[in-house]
Amino acid sequence: MRGELTLIELKRVSKSYNNCAQPAVANLSLQVNRGEFVFLVGPSGAGKSTLIKLVFREQTPSSGQITFEGRDLSRLKQKELLRHRRRIGMVFQDYRLLKQKTVYENVAFALEVIGRPAKEIRRKVPAALAEVGLTGKEKAFPAELSGGEQQRVGIARAIVKDPLIVLADEPTGNLDRNNALQLMELFETINRSGTTVIIATHAWDLVDRMKKRVVAMENGCLIRDEQRGSYGNEHVST
Amino acid sequence: MNMSALRYGLRQGFLSLRRNLWLAAVTAGIIAISLAILGGFLLLAVNVGQMLRTIETNLEIAVFLEEGVDPAAISRQLTEHALVQGYVFVPKEQGLVEFAQTLGDPAFLAGMEGENNPLPDLFRVRANDAQSVAALAAAIRAFPGVETADYGEELVGRLISVTYWLNRLLLGMSGLLALGAVFLIVTTIRLSVVARQDEVGVMKYLGASNSFIRFPFLLEGVVIGWTGTLVATIALGLGYERLATSLQQEALTFFIRPVTDPAMILPIFGGLLLLGTLMGGIGSIVSVRKFLRV
Repeated sequence: MRGELTLIELKRVSKSYNNCAQPAVANLSLQVNRGEFVFLVGPSGAGKSTLIKLVFREQTPSSGQITFEGRDLSRLKQKELLRHRRRIGMVFQDYRLLKQKTVYENVAFALEVIGRPAKEIRRKVPAALAEVGLTGKEKAFPAELSGGEQQRVGIARAIVKDPLIVLADEPTGNLDRNNALQLMELFETINRSGTTVIIATHAWDLVDRMKKRVVAMENGCLIRDEQRGSYGNEHVST
Repeated sequence: MNMSALRYGLRQGFLSLRRNLWLAAVTAGIIAISLAILGGFLLLAVNVGQMLRTIETNLEIAVFLEEGVDPAAISRQLTEHALVQGYVFVPKEQGLVEFAQTLGDPAFLAGMEGENNPLPDLFRVRANDAQSVAALAAAIRAFPGVETADYGEELVGRLISVTYWLNRLLLGMSGLLALGAVFLIVTTIRLSVVARQDEVGVMKYLGASNSFIRFPFLLEGVVIGWTGTLVATIALGLGYERLATSLQQEALTFFIRPVTDPAMILPIFGGLLLLGTLMGGIGSIVSVRKFLRV
């Protein structure tokens, strides 16, 4: 039962970059189950973004093992790697929308690039936009939207391909508190539909408010892992 | 690759071409120039080769006889030799007349008739084929009563040697030009990639395959390469046709007859088209490679 629940497992994972003496992630062990909502918190340089990159397999660990649905990520072949990435929805702090594409095209792009048929794209894109509350903005270009709306497009793009997990790296970093709160509620809605959500964030007040699992990191190490946790004192040092 | 991916690739590839139209045109132009030069060299090489073959095929061996030798004995041996296609006997009297005609001044040879004729009797021998000329000449030299047998091997040897080095020089220069053209394609496509770097990055995060990302750039490079080559082959083809027609009309000499056989010309043009297209494709792949590492 435990094995079926587990989506991601990190076993004593370390990651060092060539130009850095201090490892970005040090001897970290962590398990994330299907359908969980996890906040990754900690000061800048704690290793949160590296952890997200490791799960996405943008980086590989220097030592240790990461499994996703029981498969060792370091051993994925090119085709398996593509399949792995297609099951992850990524959300970025800077949205990474394509400015020459409309809202609809940006979301549709996520399905186009993985070769989904046009019929499926026509069906899924409006549904994803409706889920993030952007119905009616299909023809707008990113520059015509507020920061919060742009991030909603980013989230729609992440969820349109029905991912197993959404990985968000500082998704509210460029937003005011009100917008950030709305986005967190949106992530919660997505999570309620069964999608696992991992969010790396500095938004301590939102973390405290939402009472979700909190994994706190510092200097690449896991220092706290609490169900229904709070941000703690880590924000003081940022 | 499915239909929607193909549509996306085609749309992006042509959009990129339109965006970088001038650079693409310049690149195609340089490819056209380098391939036209390469094609010109190849046509020249084919023609020089044919000219050499014509010369060799028409080579006659001049067989000079020793003083007092009976031409009938030599004639018999020539008739029996397997490599001999035909021969003509030129007695020394006739030789003197021909020599005087070559000099254009009969007075110069006054007093050389009869006993004073310094020329030997000779046979003009034709071999069965060009490859047998050297062997036949060597065989005839061994005939008793033959002083020497000469077919201008020094001239032919020098021509072959000059052609050999000329071909290599021209091929080397063409290779350098082609390399320059590939670098230019790499630069052009890299500009396209840089212009779409964000898109490429996002595509990787969305799980796009390398071939999906590469396809529009590959298409762009191949279209540029192909356009350049098409211009080169059309220009070269028209130019060569005009030159060949004018040379045929001039009917300069029997051996400067341009090659017009499609079996020899078409592979050159086909090869150029293939080469240009490959140059475009390889240039694109090299350009994109670095950006695919995410």
